[in-house]
Amino acid sequence: MTPSASLEQSNRFTHFCDLIAHNVSCERDDRILFENLSLTVQKGDLIQLVGPNGAGKTTLLRLMAGLNQDFQGEVHWHGENIQRCYQDYARQRLYIGHLSAIKKVLTPLENLRWFVSSWPEVKEADLWQALADVTLAGYEDVPCQQLSAGQQRRVALARLLVTPTPLWILDEPFTALDKEGVAWLEDQLARHVAAGGTVLITSHHALSDIPALRYIELGMHK
Amino acid sequence: MSLVTATIKRDLVIAARNPGEWLNPLMFFLMVLALFPLAVDPDPNFLAKIAAGVVWVAALLSTLLSLDSLFKADVEDGTLEQWLASGESLYAMALGKAFTHWCISGLPLTIVAPLLALMMNLPENAYSALFFSLLLGTPILSLLGAVGAALTAGVRSGGLLLSLVILPLYTPILIFGASAVYHAGIEMEYLGQLGFLASFLCMAMTLTPFAVAGALKLNLSR
Amino acid sequence: MWEALKRLYHRMGSPKWFYEISTRWLPWFAIPAGLCLIVGTVWGLAFAPADYQQGNSFRIIYIHVPAALLAQSAFAMMAMAGAVFLIWRMKMAAWVAASIAPIGASFCFLALITGAIWGKPTWGTWWVWDARLTSMLLLLFLYFGVMALQQAMDTEDNSAKAGAILSLVGLVNIPIIKYSVDWWNTLHQPATLTLTEKPAMATEMLIPLLIMIAGFYLLFATLVFLRTRNKILWHERKKSWVNKLIQTPAGRS
Repeated sequence: MTPSASLEQSNRFTHFCDLIAHNVSCERDDRILFENLSLTVQKGDLIQLVGPNGAGKTTLLRLMAGLNQDFQGEVHWHGENIQRCYQDYARQRLYIGHLSAIKKVLTPLENLRWFVSSWPEVKEADLWQALADVTLAGYEDVPCQQLSAGQQRRVALARLLVTPTPLWILDEPFTALDKEGVAWLEDQLARHVAAGGTVLITSHHALSDIPALRYIELGMHK
Repeated sequence: MSLVTATIKRDLVIAARNPGEWLNPLMFFLMVLALFPLAVDPDPNFLAKIAAGVVWVAALLSTLLSLDSLFKADVEDGTLEQWLASGESLYAMALGKAFTHWCISGLPLTIVAPLLALMMNLPENAYSALFFSLLLGTPILSLLGAVGAALTAGVRSGGLLLSLVILPLYTPILIFGASAVYHAGIEMEYLGQLGFLASFLCMAMTLTPFAVAGALKLNLSR
Repeated sequence: MWEALKRLYHRMGSPKWFYEISTRWLPWFAIPAGLCLIVGTVWGLAFAPADYQQGNSFRIIYIHVPAALLAQSAFAMMAMAGAVFLIWRMKMAAWVAASIAPIGASFCFLALITGAIWGKPTWGTWWVWDARLTSMLLLLFLYFGVMALQQAMDTEDNSAKAGAILSLVGLVNIPIIKYSVDWWNTLHQPATLTLTEKPAMATEMLIPLLIMIAGFYLLFATLVFLRTRNKILWHERKKSWVNKLIQTPAGRS
């Protein structure tokens, strides 16, 4: 895949604000997932959450993204509770869950257009370029149901190239990608943090040599 | 374009590519109507007497049929998650979804109903009442139905539960809608009933989106 | 005053506190409930005068009216408990709402059955689409919907929330349903005899009715207490205070 030129200049995101979890605890069906967990995410961080299945990685990711309000403790962005400044926060972070939100009867281009409709500054040409970058050139007008799972995943990941947000929160983004796709995504992550962006990610995939990488390990509580 | 309008547009495109989605309930409407003369009595005078009620009951049932899928696909493929992640108001989103549903169920029904009422030998002067009562009543069916659809979107066999939950709430609309048509047929004043339907519509438009928004969030907290 | 209310609220949220206080309160509800029901029944059946029009068959009113009243207010209570749960996320409120639902539905069913039985001598048929009976039937459907939702979702928390949302929507709708059914009824059957609308009830008939109503409400409170206590024990079964309670013989406190 060809690297995207727009991410070359460093420090694209000059005013990223810290995302801080203060003493968050979460319980599901009488089972404690984590307790009094504090986490600070700063500009240029690449943080990978690791741990066994059921350790609460996705839950932590979702509550950092502001999608889950069912927990104790607080998550702050810009020194303010994210639920209180949610609309500003939502514009600054991109969340891609393991459900890709792809509509199968629509084409990759139509899907992408829907994804970026909250960001009016994104231009149509950017969408075509992004699809070309994820090697889907020529597939722009093919309904997604005719694409493979990996190709559908790439449609979802094409958002990384077009959404102008400093914070990426990605839940298992490597699922269904082939070797080439994995390399491309790793490259994108490295570029994003090098450009001053921030990534919070869960993955069972071992990320290779990105200097900024930090691990947060979630264990199994009883 | 905001995410709400983008979603309305996208859902309408999906409906246009899957015509079964809105044609099948319409067919169902036609078939239910055909059952009454077969089961009860094909005598034109008798049909004229029950036409108002039968058309309204059939409209209500066919609306119910298309409600099940209103949020289900969005919950399952992660679209709902992306809505919440976008920071757009869920209230507006709920209104938008109900509007889309009305466009593909209530609106065609309102247009087709006078034609079918012809087969039921509806008295001549009741046609405008039928049209306007459906025009005012079917959006309420969509709005109230959206509450039920949102509540049951994550339930495995949600369709049956949806009917159980929503049908009692539909009774006032059925009563006033059918009575408007019936009264028009016997040359009595029916504007009062339409007035009631209009006020129910205003109420439903302001209140149901809160319930829909609340119910949709349930499908996200995992 | 405000502080005291706040303290009460926090205590109410604690299952342990509720369990302990309800242990003490229970007899104060259960015994008067029994007394009221016995006195009301005997008075109503044996001592109240017969109706000049309906004779003795009117006496079913002593069950029908309290049951119908209670079925409606129980729905409102359930919705309010649901609202408390939705707004302040107080788990106790969810358990109370879940306890109320089947009890309210049972009273609703009782009102329908007694209405039908009453209908036989009055109208000569078991079921007439009378306004009150019809809205009672719709209320029963609403109860069924809430109860179905309270068990439908994958987590207990979500089920409770779904039930709470539906009961709130239902609460807003009940007056509308009642009004439209009444309106519909006057349209179609202008001259039927309604069950409970008496021009003026004689005092000798009214007093046992009021006693029965009080008895039904007390019985309802007792049943809700019992069911909620069961739910508390189940949900807190891993907590030490429950274990201690179970180990002391017969759970004496």
